[in-house]
Amino acid sequence: MMTFLTNLVSGISLGSVYAIIALGYTMVYGIAKMLNFAHGDVIMVGAYISFCTTSYLALPAWVSVIFAIVVCTALGVVIEGLAYKPLRQAGSLAVLITAIGVSYFLQNAAQLIWTSNTKVFTSVVGSGSIKLFNGQLTITVAALVTVAACIIIMVALTLFTTTTKMGKAMRACSEDKGAAQLMGINVNRTISMTFAIGSALAAIAGVLLCSSYNTLIPTTGAMPGIKAFTAAVFGGIGSIPGALLGGILLGIIEVFTNSYLSSELSLAIVFGVLIVVLLVRPSGLLGKYVPEKV
Amino acid sequence: MAEKKQFEKGKMVPVPSVSIIPERDLDKTPILECSHLGIDFGGLTAVNEFNITVGRTEIAGLIGPNGAGKTTVFNLLTKVYQPTRGTILLDGLDTHGKTPAQINRMGIARTFQNIRLFNNLSVEDNVKIGLHNQEKYSMFSGILRLPKYWRQEKAAHERALELLSIFNMEDLADHQAGSLPYGAQRRLEIVRALATNPSLLLLDEPAAGMNPSETAELMENIVKIRDTFQIAIMLIEHDMSLVMGICEGICVLNFGQIIAKGTAEEIQSNPTVIEAYLGKQQEGGTD
Amino acid sequence: MSKLKNMKQTTKTSIFTYALVIAAYLVIQALLGRGMLSRSTQGQLVPICCYIVMALSLNLVVGVSGELSLGHAGFMSVGAFSGAVAAVSLEGMVGSPALRLAIAMVAGAALAAVAGVIVGVPALRLQGDYLAIVTLAFGQIIVNILQCVYAGVDGGGLHFNFLDPELHMTNGTPIISGPKGTVSVTKISSFTAGFVLVLISLFVILNLVNSRSGRAIMAVRDNRIAAESVGINVTKYRLMAFVTAAALAGAAGALYGLNYSSVAPVKFDYNQSILVLVFVVLGGLGNMWGSIIAAAFLTILPEAMRGFEDYRMLVYAIVLILVMLATNNDNLKALLGRLIPRRKGAADNG
Repeated sequence: MMTFLTNLVSGISLGSVYAIIALGYTMVYGIAKMLNFAHGDVIMVGAYISFCTTSYLALPAWVSVIFAIVVCTALGVVIEGLAYKPLRQAGSLAVLITAIGVSYFLQNAAQLIWTSNTKVFTSVVGSGSIKLFNGQLTITVAALVTVAACIIIMVALTLFTTTTKMGKAMRACSEDKGAAQLMGINVNRTISMTFAIGSALAAIAGVLLCSSYNTLIPTTGAMPGIKAFTAAVFGGIGSIPGALLGGILLGIIEVFTNSYLSSELSLAIVFGVLIVVLLVRPSGLLGKYVPEKV
Repeated sequence: MAEKKQFEKGKMVPVPSVSIIPERDLDKTPILECSHLGIDFGGLTAVNEFNITVGRTEIAGLIGPNGAGKTTVFNLLTKVYQPTRGTILLDGLDTHGKTPAQINRMGIARTFQNIRLFNNLSVEDNVKIGLHNQEKYSMFSGILRLPKYWRQEKAAHERALELLSIFNMEDLADHQAGSLPYGAQRRLEIVRALATNPSLLLLDEPAAGMNPSETAELMENIVKIRDTFQIAIMLIEHDMSLVMGICEGICVLNFGQIIAKGTAEEIQSNPTVIEAYLGKQQEGGTD
Repeated sequence: MSKLKNMKQTTKTSIFTYALVIAAYLVIQALLGRGMLSRSTQGQLVPICCYIVMALSLNLVVGVSGELSLGHAGFMSVGAFSGAVAAVSLEGMVGSPALRLAIAMVAGAALAAVAGVIVGVPALRLQGDYLAIVTLAFGQIIVNILQCVYAGVDGGGLHFNFLDPELHMTNGTPIISGPKGTVSVTKISSFTAGFVLVLISLFVILNLVNSRSGRAIMAVRDNRIAAESVGINVTKYRLMAFVTAAALAGAAGALYGLNYSSVAPVKFDYNQSILVLVFVVLGGLGNMWGSIIAAAFLTILPEAMRGFEDYRMLVYAIVLILVMLATNNDNLKALLGRLIPRRKGAADNG
C-alpha cells in the first residue's frame, strides 16, 4: 500500500513536470499550429542558466529561477522572431524542420558552452522531505513544490486566457487568425507572447525537472520534451486542461510501469498507451474533433 | 432580381424531345430511388423525408435557397454522410453501409461545390485517376512494367484524351490541374467523374462562377453527355436559366424538406416555390 | 533529339535520376581504384547508400503519399536486426558473402514490411500531426522492444529470448544482445551492394509513382475526399505507400547493420528518423534526385567539416535553419529568384 502511495506521489510529481512542459507545447500548437521541437531544449537551457547562477555566481536559488525564466522568455521570443516568424506563410513541414534545426542548434551550443560532461544540479528547493505514516511514506519537498507549481501555473494560465485582453486575443488567434486580425488583434504580437509564456514555463519545468533528477547534460530536455509532447497530444493538443490531464496521467503511467511491469519496457508501454488513446479518441482525451467539410 | 430575369429567358437549349433518347422509357427500373431519406446532425434535422426517383437517362435538377440541404443530399447519396433514416436504391440495389468509394464503383460519380481536383497532378492524370477502377493491373505489374501495364496505360491514355475532348480540353492534358482557370477546373471535374463510368452523375453547382456564354456552352455539353453516355444526371444549380433549360424533372428543397417536384413549368408556377424564393407576396415588394 | 523533347517530364526526370546515380557510382569507383579517397570517406560510402535509400523511401511516404512519418528509422532497425540474424545464421550454409548479404536484405525488407503493416494499419487511421506523433511513438516502441531482444545461433538452430540475456546455447554465437544491439557481426556490406540497392529503390519508387497505384496514392494526398469519390480505396493506397517504404527501409537497415560489427538499437531512435526527414524536406517533397543529393551531401558534410570539430554540428544546425528560411520565405525566395534565372515553367513542355 505504501509503495503504491509512494509511486503515486512520484508519478504525480513527474506528471506535473510533463504537464508544465506540455502546456508550452499546447499553447504554441494552439496558436501557431506548429510542433515546436525545440521546446524541450529550452527546458535544458533554463536548467543550465539556473545551474550557472547558483554554482558560479553563488546567488540564492530563487534568484536563479527568476534568472532562468527571464533568459528563457527572451530566448523563446528571439527564436520565434528569427526562425519561425519568417515562415508564417510556409507549409507546416518547413516550420517543423526549422524547429528541428533550432533544437540541434540549442543542443550543440549548450555542448560548446557547458561541454557534454554531466553537471550535478543541486535542487533549488533543498533536499528535504516529509515523512508520513511513521516514516513509511516519504515525500520530497521537490515533489511537493513541483505539484504546487503546476497547480499555480494552471490556475494562473486559465485566468489569464479567460479574463485578460491578451489571453482572449490568444484564444481568438487559435480559433481563426484571419478573423482575429480583422478584429484588430495584432496576431504577430500575440504569437510572440505565446512563445514568451511557453518558454517561461519551460524554464520552470527545467529547474523542477533537474531538482528531482539532479543531473544535467545538453540533451536533458530532449526526451522529457518528446514525452511532454505526447502528453499534450494525449490530453488533446490545443487544450490547457488537456495538457494537465495528459501530463499527470503520463507521469503516473510511467512511474507505475517502471515499478510494477518492466523498467526496460516502460517507454514502449507509455507510447503504447498513447497510441491506444489516440486510436479510440483521435483528437485526444479533451480535444475537439473537427471533421472536414465537404 | 437577377435570378428572376434569367427565369424569363430560360430557353437557350430546348429540352430534348423524348424521341432523341429512345431508351428513356418509364417502365424500366429507375436508376435512383430514395425513400424517407433523412439525416440529423446532433439533434438538428438537416434533411428529412427525401423521396425522389430519377429515371435512367433523366436530367434532374435539385434547387432551393441557400442552406436548404441540397449538398447534404449529394453527400447522403455518395455516403460522405451515412443517412440517419431511409433507403437509397441505386439501380435497384440497396446502398446501405457502403463507403463513398464503393458507391462510386456502384455507379454514382460526383463533382464538388468547392472544386476538388488533384491539384499537383496533370490534367491527364486527374482523368486517369477517374479511370482507376477500369484499369486492372496490380501494383507489381506496375513496378515491373509487365506487358499488362503498357497495354492498359496506353488504353488509359487514349481514353483520357477522348474524355477530355468532350470539353475540347485535349491540349491541356499536360498542364497542372491546379493551374487551370476556374471554368476549366469545373469542366475537368466533370470529365474526371465521367471517367469512372457512372450510371448517375451528380453535379454540384456546375455553372458557379461561369459567365452567361460559358453557362450556355455547359448546358449544351450536359445534354450532350447525357445523350452520348446514356446516363442520368442530377444537378444542383442556382442559375435558373440552366435548371429550367435542361432539367426534365426538378425537385425543390427548403429547410431539408421537398416542397415541390415537377417539370420546369410546374415549378415556375408553384406558389410554395415562389414563396420560398421570394418570400410571401405582400412582403416581397422589392421586385 | 526531337524524341527527347517529346518525352514526358516525368520520364525525363526518371532518366536523369538513374543517370545521376550511375555516374556517381562510376566516378567513385574510379576514385577508389586510384586510391584517391580517404579512409574516412571510404567508410562513409555504405552509410551514404543506406541514407539515400532511407530518404527515397521516406519521400514515398511524406512526399508522394503526403503523410508525415517520424518513425521511419524504426523500420530500418527491424531490417538491421533481422538482417544480422539472417546473415550470421547462414554463415555456415551460404558461402558467398554477396549472396548472404542479398538474403539478409530480403529478410530485412520482409520483416520491416510486416512491421509496416502492424504499425500502418492502426496509425493510418489518423491524419496530419496526430499521425506524426503516433509514428514517432511506434518508432520508439520498436527501438525499445529491440533493446530487450537477445538472440544467438548454435548447432541446434536459432535461439531467441525476450528480456532474459541467458540463451542456453552450446558453443553458440550471440547475434543480438539487448541494449548493446548486434554483436560480433561479420561485416559483409559493400559499396556496390549499396549502389544496387539504391537503383532497386529508385526502380520500385519511380515505377510505382508512374503507375495506376502511384496515381491513386497521389490522388489521396492531393484530395482525400475527391479520391474516395472516384472509387479509390483510401486506406489501401495509404498503406501501400507506407509498407513499401517500410520494406525499402528494412533493406537499407540490413545493409547498414552488416556494415558494422555492432550496432545498438538506440542508433535508430527518433533522432535518426528526424535526420532522414531533414534529407527529404531539403531535397524537396516528391523529388527523388533531390533526396539522393540531400542525403549524400548532408551525410558527408559533418565529415567534411572535421577541421572544425567542435563547431561542425552547430554550423550544420545554422545551415539547416538558413536553408529552410531561404527556400520558404516569400521575400527571401523573391530575392533568390532575382539572383538565379527562373527555370522554364511546367506549362510550356509538350
